[in-house]
Amino acid sequence: MLKIWSMKQKQQQDEAATAGSKKKKVTAAQLRVQKDLADLSLGSTMKLSFPNPDDIMNFNFTIEPDEGIYKGGKFLFDFKINQNFPHEPPKVKCTQTLYHPNIDIEGNVCLNVLREDWKPVLNLNAVMVGLQFLFLEPNASDPLNKEAAEDLKINREGFKRNVRAAMGGGTVKGRTYDRVLK
Amino acid sequence: MAEVLESSQPIGSMDSRAKWKYLDNILTRTGPFTDEDFPCGEGAIESLSRAKVLVIGAGGLGCEILKNLALSGFQDIHVIDMDTIDVSNLNRQFLFRHADVGKYKADVAAKFVEKRVKGVKITPYCGKIQDKDEEYYMQFSLIVCGLDSIEARRWINATLVSMFDDTDSDSLKPLIDGGTEGFKGQARVILPTITSCIECQLDMHAPRAAVPLCTLATIPRQPQHCIEWAHIIAWEEERKDITLDTDDSEHITWLFQKALKRAQEFNIAGVTYSMTQGVVKNIIPAIASTNAIIAASSCNEAFKIATGGSNPFLGTPGADNYMMYTGDDSIYTYTFEHEKKPDCPVCGNLARPLKVDQRFTLEEFLDGLAERPESQLKKPSIRTEGKSLYYQSPPSLEEQTRPNLFKKLNELVEEGEEVVITDPAIPGQFKYKLRFS
Repeated sequence: MLKIWSMKQKQQQDEAATAGSKKKKVTAAQLRVQKDLADLSLGSTMKLSFPNPDDIMNFNFTIEPDEGIYKGGKFLFDFKINQNFPHEPPKVKCTQTLYHPNIDIEGNVCLNVLREDWKPVLNLNAVMVGLQFLFLEPNASDPLNKEAAEDLKINREGFKRNVRAAMGGGTVKGRTYDRVLK
Repeated sequence: MAEVLESSQPIGSMDSRAKWKYLDNILTRTGPFTDEDFPCGEGAIESLSRAKVLVIGAGGLGCEILKNLALSGFQDIHVIDMDTIDVSNLNRQFLFRHADVGKYKADVAAKFVEKRVKGVKITPYCGKIQDKDEEYYMQFSLIVCGLDSIEARRWINATLVSMFDDTDSDSLKPLIDGGTEGFKGQARVILPTITSCIECQLDMHAPRAAVPLCTLATIPRQPQHCIEWAHIIAWEEERKDITLDTDDSEHITWLFQKALKRAQEFNIAGVTYSMTQGVVKNIIPAIASTNAIIAASSCNEAFKIATGGSNPFLGTPGADNYMMYTGDDSIYTYTFEHEKKPDCPVCGNLARPLKVDQRFTLEEFLDGLAERPESQLKKPSIRTEGKSLYYQSPPSLEEQTRPNLFKKLNELVEEGEEVVITDPAIPGQFKYKLRFS
């Protein structure tokens, strides 16, 4: 049984203990990111880069699909993870203007595990694999870029041509897209 | 109402213990459930009046908690809150009046309770819990939280866990956490490092319900969808350079107008200014009586713990530590023991002092750890709070941190600083406070 009621004031602080106590400690969110980074298994198509290697909560993520409609492109994302991770999902944005049904002009991404289906048991690997999947199988039923989604639904071949044009820095339906070819 | 309260005689104006008659009935008698070491009588009365208790949060729960603690005989109460009073708080945060709008909650609440309950001292701090260090938290006997933020709960929990020193019984600070959301709530007691902690219980918090982004972008069905669209998509498109301030009425008005227009396009009714405010600020309807129930339960536990076993309390090691309350579907409470997670990132493995030769390189240090039978690391990654010391993966970070392997420990880490080591081969983590020799 605990003797919590023993309220005697401590006369002397253990100096060694207080010397270390003011130093900041690794947070639970950092620790979880550290574990997630160790558990990544991304293959050769996905890479991370850290503008500030001491800050593992903010980094860039690159996908270079080796098959599918978006093959030959190099797609850049920005990951921002806050101290509420993994209670909250990472914030992920595409930093380029892409012609993609599930990514809007601002770089917002419609991926279930980034919003409604995020669970703390999921990890960064799941998010990254999910992002790659969007390039292998763009999904017309969850549109963020409505025009691109319609295009994919109605005329798959035409959509493919428009994707190639957009990836080359061309103009599709009046909008110019970023050149993202390797 | 305010006038009636303030003109009535303050509790404690009688110069005796007569006002605590009923409290003393509990403190001066034993019952069938009292602990055999219960300091019945003077001892219990003294430990209660000398207990220094910290209340975190002076909002809906905090007002209730402060009032309850003061009326239960606690005399030395501290309160922290960073917020100021908003007019929308006044329906339930009963220590505040209209004239107090804009003032700091902790200040106003402390003054009100001090005035109302004679003999109680309430020390407010208007700011963030993160402003305070371990020395500050060390002065309290126990801590009662009435917070609405998971981040703040995780922070205070991690702080209290890391303060624990097994050679000093005063370093054990019981944490009592109350929380409400509408008709639901919970009260739980955490004995840092002994019983399951907030981080162990993180999955007890339901994540915020989110709507798929594509629903917002293409087929909104509810007025809330239109507001979220204005919040997440329209603002980014049209006002990217302005940081959204959810307390700025011009910003909320802009979002409201956008949402309203979008709702009209899709024939959706119901978008209002206050709904916009609610969705954007993620306001959860607070129900005063749920706060009262949860605060009462939290304060009863605080009372039992501070008086030293007058009755069994929530959180006794090996017993129940979590009480959930649900009032929206009939009425239901369930009390259970949430078990400690052995691989909890906060309480699973405490920082241990480790003596190392400061002339060791990081590589030599890691090799040395790998040989220790307790760790047996294969691919360790290591960091301090501010520095990535060495990461095995991903490849780019390995390359960036590799030069550190050849640096001496005293170039990388300060004396006494905490390092955390993880390894895919082990489920938890190792934390060490390095002491140089």
